[in-house]
Amino acid sequence: MSATAEVERKPLTKKELAADKPTWCPGCGDFSVLALYFKLLQNRGLHHEKFATVAGIGCSSRFPYFVQAHGAHYIHGRALPFATGIAVSRQDLDVFVFGGDGDAFSIGGNHFNHCARKNVNLTYCVMDNNVYGLTKKQTSPTSPIGFKSKTDMWGAIDKPINPMQQAISAGATFVARTTHTNPKHLLSMMEAAMDHKGFAFIECLSECTEFYDGAFDSSNPRKGGEFKEISEDHDPTDENAAYALAEELVPGYFGVYYQISRPTKQDKEAEVNSKFLEKTKGMEDWEILQQNFNKMK
Amino acid sequence: MSDSSTADEVVSEKPKVSKIHEAVIRIAGNSQDGIQSIGGFLARLAGRSEQEVMTFMTIPSTISGGPSIFQVRLSSGEVLSSGDEADVLMAFYQHSYDNHVDFVKEGGVILYDTSHVEPREDLQEKFRHIGCPISSLTVEAIGGTAKDKGKNIFALGLVARMFDLDSTRIEGLITERFKGKPESVTETALSAFHAGHGYPLTTLAEIYEFEDPKARDTEQVVCTGNEALAYGILAAGVRYGAAYPITPWSDIMELLRRELPKYNGIFVQAEDEIAAVSIAIGASWGGRCAVTGSSGPGIALKSEAIGWAVMAEIPLLVIDVQRGGPSTGMPTNVEQSDLNIACFGGHGDSPRVVIAPSSVEDCFYTAIEAVNIARKYSTPVIILTDQAIATRIEAFGMPNLKEVCQDISPDLSPRDDHKPYDLSSADGITQHVAPGTFIKSGKYPVVTGLEHNEMGHPSGSPKMHTDMTAKRRSKLQALGRELPKPEVFGPEEGNVLMVGWGSTQGSLREATERARKTGDSISSLTIRHINPLPEGLEDIFSGFNHVFVVENNDENLYGYGQLCALLRARYCDKKIQGINKADALTWRVKDVLDRVKSKLEENK
Ligand SMILES: Cc1ncc(C[n+]2csc(CCOP(=O)(O)OP(=O)(O)O)c2C)c(N)n1
Ligand code: SF4
Ligand SMILES: [Mg+2]
Repeated sequence: MSATAEVERKPLTKKELAADKPTWCPGCGDFSVLALYFKLLQNRGLHHEKFATVAGIGCSSRFPYFVQAHGAHYIHGRALPFATGIAVSRQDLDVFVFGGDGDAFSIGGNHFNHCARKNVNLTYCVMDNNVYGLTKKQTSPTSPIGFKSKTDMWGAIDKPINPMQQAISAGATFVARTTHTNPKHLLSMMEAAMDHKGFAFIECLSECTEFYDGAFDSSNPRKGGEFKEISEDHDPTDENAAYALAEELVPGYFGVYYQISRPTKQDKEAEVNSKFLEKTKGMEDWEILQQNFNKMK
Repeated sequence: MSDSSTADEVVSEKPKVSKIHEAVIRIAGNSQDGIQSIGGFLARLAGRSEQEVMTFMTIPSTISGGPSIFQVRLSSGEVLSSGDEADVLMAFYQHSYDNHVDFVKEGGVILYDTSHVEPREDLQEKFRHIGCPISSLTVEAIGGTAKDKGKNIFALGLVARMFDLDSTRIEGLITERFKGKPESVTETALSAFHAGHGYPLTTLAEIYEFEDPKARDTEQVVCTGNEALAYGILAAGVRYGAAYPITPWSDIMELLRRELPKYNGIFVQAEDEIAAVSIAIGASWGGRCAVTGSSGPGIALKSEAIGWAVMAEIPLLVIDVQRGGPSTGMPTNVEQSDLNIACFGGHGDSPRVVIAPSSVEDCFYTAIEAVNIARKYSTPVIILTDQAIATRIEAFGMPNLKEVCQDISPDLSPRDDHKPYDLSSADGITQHVAPGTFIKSGKYPVVTGLEHNEMGHPSGSPKMHTDMTAKRRSKLQALGRELPKPEVFGPEEGNVLMVGWGSTQGSLREATERARKTGDSISSLTIRHINPLPEGLEDIFSGFNHVFVVENNDENLYGYGQLCALLRARYCDKKIQGINKADALTWRVKDVLDRVKSKLEENK
């Protein structure tokens, strides 16, 4: 599409990919996600204009400002439908969506389910810190029971949602879990998600050092925890097995829980369109419309 | 029926044939009787016969039935509104008779189904009653299984006979309508039609024949406002959209869903209105202005996202087909009560464009105009229609589609550099480059809802917020300067100027004509561009002693309807006053004139 194919372009450097200096707190898990996103883009040789970075609102959602590429910082909770708009209308682009747990599962909960069910071809990485970071420590839909926040000063009382199980039951076709403390694993999940055709969802544990320090120590070997990778025996096409594996929230398992191949929203729409396009082949748009107007004579 | 002029006497046993200029026919029954389709056939027939036509219908909001009416006004001359009074009432049930008999002109005809209606003794003098066992004759004509089905077509036959309509054309329309269905369906319909047409209307003293309409130079098309708007959206080059169903907007989304595949476009049925507007905005960001739409409740849900589009300066087309509100309100009734949410329904200072088309034909062209404004000024544009304009059928000249259809594909040609929110751009107008565009400088823009600098990166600077707010405002001020000054209907100077917007245009114009015939100095004005307002309105107002803003909404706390309040705020002129009603029905010409009269009394 763009007239840039003349010369072989080199993959972008990290410097070329970086835009604003991230405004995250020192030690925030979100830094690793950004660093590995750069790495992914470099590894895949994706140029600035070939992809779109979309986010909602939250600390994690400030992502697009830090990436030197076409980006959109949309409203709280609605990044997925916005990204659906660009993904269905501009299928030449790779669409990446980033956001937080509140953005994804609370205010945007319904969109998450429907985007998964429609299998919109895009990659969605939720940086789950189990807390509302930007608004300074309120309970999030993934906060564990007992977590003391500014809205549950005596400890959270509502059952947290289970992102893996929700994604599987909603119909996502790629469901994976990773953590910011294991860069190699994080990158491999991002690569697998990008290669997947359809709605690819990654939950990346991403610690909020400011408001929920130590939340994921139990999964971090450097903090005395255990990084439990999903065993090779697990069959990711087995929905029930995937669902059972996802029972434990933290530390839980890491890797691809579930992956199946199902036609994407884009494929399905194209299939519908192809039948009509056969009939309108060679016609100017106004001639197609004229047929409708002739029927109204 | 106006002007029963030359009455040709025909052979004695045959009914008298009268030439008529126009007729208002109201068909009242239940929604499942197919009332709408009789009206549709009549309207289409009129369009093909080069007659003017305007219809009006009410449908219950529940599908399981309930009273429903369709009124069609056919004329050999110009039709402005659907008519205050009916020349003919066709009543299928007792409730149809009881509820609508008051709408019949004195001396008018009431055609009723003797199987269900007991006409009132005391009205025998006032109206000409003609009974016909519509239900049982339909069953007889098309077989016992048909039950209530087919009654509408039988009734169509009666009307066709009464008005000496071209039955060959109607047969053609019936055949077209059932194309693709089993042949027996068409045959059954035709049998019902013939039975109705052949029914000896013995008590009917007259049949009516329309005067030959003036020949037109263009062909006519006949459709509803919703259809015209949807086709206008396609003509404008829009290829992506998303929405959630709601009456009376759903027709538009259904039509776009059905038609867009032919153009390789996609219309997404979203999980809710917030998703819908977001999908549309995402697609617009992709470089091609997209559409979303709804009715009041859904527009409320979209308002945060529309505010984002204002802030990020993204072109977007939003349709609001208004219905009675607030809340679920009156889903299948008309009201003009969303002007405020359209113009001001955003948090923060968030100016946006609002346009209200005033006829079915105008719906088509407004869609194109709106898309072009959205693109040129990089802004959301809201088209405000309403249930009345959405569902009524009008005839209008075939548009020159070859000329009006436009290609709005994104321009992805590489740029040297790009600053989306350039403060030095002419009139503050942003032009985005879509994702997919290579920018040689290596500096890429972000679109955002945070206050931002010229590259779209966040800025908390008070000066930046001041400048950017002014930028978003001044581009719409520039648009305001470009808008055409509306034309007064009637003389440009006089006693009263009635101001209206949207679907009331026809009633106001007819009221103007009627008043002038009796010597009253009344003119009228339709304001299509609600936000920003066009320049020059104060000059128009200065030609009149009174400016009465006639609206289909409440007078609110201070006595002004929604447009009236806007005009008073804008012009600070106390001669601008409101004439309002909140019965969720269209304005009748007579009521408009009565209210103008009493308003003049109040002002004495
Ligand atoms: C409509 C709306 N409601 C509320 C907010 C305030 N708000 C901003 S971010 C946020 C929660 C962020 O939490 P999360 O999505 O987990 O992101 P994090 O900051 O933790 O990365 C809230 C409540 C908003 N911006 N918009
Ligand atoms: S508040 Fe928490 S989530 Fe936000 S930047 Fe700081 S550490 Fe990260
Ligand atoms: Mg969070």
